[in-house]
Amino acid sequence: MGTEQVRFASTVLLAELAQFCVAQIQQAKPRARAAPPAGDSVLFEDTSSAAPAMNSQGYYTSGYNMGEPSNDMQGGGGMNNLFADPMANAAMMYGSSLANQGKDMVNKEISRFMSVNKLKYFFAVDTRYVLKKLMILMFPYTHQDWEVRYHRDTPLTPRQDVNASDLYIPTMAFITYILLAGMALGIQKRFSPEVLGLCASTALVWVIIEVLVMLLSLYLLTVHTDLSTFDLIAYSGYKYVGMIFTVLCGLLFGSDGYFVALAWSSFALMFFIVRSLKMKILPSLSSDSMGMGSNAKPQLRLYITVASALFQPIIIYWLTSHLVR
Amino acid sequence: MAFTLYSLIQAAILCINAVAVLHEERFLSKIGWGVDQSVGGFGDEPGIKVQLMNLIRSVRTVMRVPLIAVNSVCIVLLLLFG
Repeated sequence: MGTEQVRFASTVLLAELAQFCVAQIQQAKPRARAAPPAGDSVLFEDTSSAAPAMNSQGYYTSGYNMGEPSNDMQGGGGMNNLFADPMANAAMMYGSSLANQGKDMVNKEISRFMSVNKLKYFFAVDTRYVLKKLMILMFPYTHQDWEVRYHRDTPLTPRQDVNASDLYIPTMAFITYILLAGMALGIQKRFSPEVLGLCASTALVWVIIEVLVMLLSLYLLTVHTDLSTFDLIAYSGYKYVGMIFTVLCGLLFGSDGYFVALAWSSFALMFFIVRSLKMKILPSLSSDSMGMGSNAKPQLRLYITVASALFQPIIIYWLTSHLVR
Repeated sequence: MAFTLYSLIQAAILCINAVAVLHEERFLSKIGWGVDQSVGGFGDEPGIKVQLMNLIRSVRTVMRVPLIAVNSVCIVLLLLFG
């Protein structure tokens, strides 16, 4: 088979495909139509009105020309010129509808593992909440009321309750910590892109380990609490705020500033973790404590809280000391 | 101690393999951790040992088939890429 015939056949196939997807787009699919930006809508109208006529004509012309090999060269060249622009437009429309289908499928798959609504709750923050929370994380000693307020059995969003845990601060603090680590290494002329990735994955692995250990211990001790996995990730991620503060002080004020800031943020974070987790883990004791409840239980729950609090300074020191040598 | 995500996955696979090879009647019953010894009192607080035995039993039941696939993939990858 000659290359001209192959090119011909492929152009015919593309024409058929373009006609098919233009027909699909023209069906009632409001989302696919709303997705392309305003600049593309003009193209969309052009494609839908002009392309079918040209497509069908081109198809029939090419079908007719297939039987006559003497006209191949001329017909192929002419049809390629005709299809250059509408082909790109039709391909773009098809690509955008395909992207929308892919996005829907990804959303459906993800929502099987974790509910996206619950995740959205953790990102419903505003500036006032972020500022107050950061101040509480750095100086929790004057905060009076640590209760998480409820509204008809559902916890309030972080916008309305400063004691609610969120995932915005941990995420942003994690990314800021990675950037700060890169900057600190660059100042000491020890930077390379692999080190940045290594630092990021090390910090992520420690978060995962800590969350898994907390989940395991909460399961083994049958603590009936409403701490979900995302809450634990949030509490584990709050230490990055302390780490950023420590690294900044270490960079600005040298080794002494580093240790002072380490001590300050460690105590603040330990106080914060103990006060927050005490509200969540320990009060469930009072609801089902009968006379025959073993004495080991409240102590074990206290051990969990204290151990999780004591783990924070260790990991802060471990993850930041190599940056402030 | 620089971790990569791959080392975390390796550690997790090794731990789950270790839990999966605990034999029910040759080992767990001998040390009093078998499934027939976990039906304790009917209080609302099962206790640590019962929870741990339940965890081991459920991990062994759930992870048996996926572990075959994951281990095969790991073996092939380690043979090919060291």
